[in-house]
Amino acid sequence: MKSRIVLFLIAFLAWALLTWVPDKQHLLVGLFVAGFVSFLTGDLFIKRPRLLKHPLRYWYFFFHYLPLFLWECFKANIDVAYRVLHPKLPISPGIVKVKTRLKSDTALTFLANSITLTPGTMTVDIDADNGILYIHWINVKTKDVDKATKIIVERFEKVLEKIFD
Amino acid sequence: MSNTIGLIFIGVGLAFDFFGCLGLVRLPDVYNRLQAATKCVTLGTCSILFGTFLIVGPTAAGMKALLCIIFLILTAPVAAHAVSRGAHRAGVKLSEGSVVDMYKKDKEGEV
Repeated sequence: MKSRIVLFLIAFLAWALLTWVPDKQHLLVGLFVAGFVSFLTGDLFIKRPRLLKHPLRYWYFFFHYLPLFLWECFKANIDVAYRVLHPKLPISPGIVKVKTRLKSDTALTFLANSITLTPGTMTVDIDADNGILYIHWINVKTKDVDKATKIIVERFEKVLEKIFD
Repeated sequence: MSNTIGLIFIGVGLAFDFFGCLGLVRLPDVYNRLQAATKCVTLGTCSILFGTFLIVGPTAAGMKALLCIIFLILTAPVAAHAVSRGAHRAGVKLSEGSVVDMYKKDKEGEV
């Protein structure tokens, strides 16, 4: 039930943004649409609604994760631009294996997406049972699992652990 | 003022989109190309949308631009995972200069 209420609020907000500027008619239709959507798919959206209550998680998400993510994203673009514009294409690609301590689906999704948008790395596959990620690295620095984990995963893991677990 | 900043954002976004497309042409195999395409095109397009938002302000179009940024950041990496995993499962080899392929080693025998 809690999950349905959360989904209703998010769907209503998305509707309000899509039909901006808000007026009575649009909001009334939005109420029905958001209610219908949350009635149909409410129990699929959030598995652990109790986590939404902690204000500290929002703090970490907005002030620790988001700045880190945006900064890494920006660095990734500079990195790709450098590699593409360099006349000799300085790449030595390969697929490496890294370990992660994160367990929940949400946290793994965020981790995989963050890794894909950071410099030189892209998630190819996840083995959620064993906590293993396969990562395509455009410039392989080490083949060792632990060292690669330290370079690629650790930054995000520390923050995401506080938010989602 | 916000007009000028918006135009700067759009210019930077166009430059990054261009680098992404250049990478798509220059880099050797599927996976490297996906890297360039996902990273540059995601941030480049987000930057263009944000510049649009700054220029038009919080109007109907501006709000849709903001919403598009969120959806783009959430969905672009997922598409990259899907394509790269599908390519690897379908047997696309890594390019000549590749150093290591742990995924192939671990998935041998599975079809």
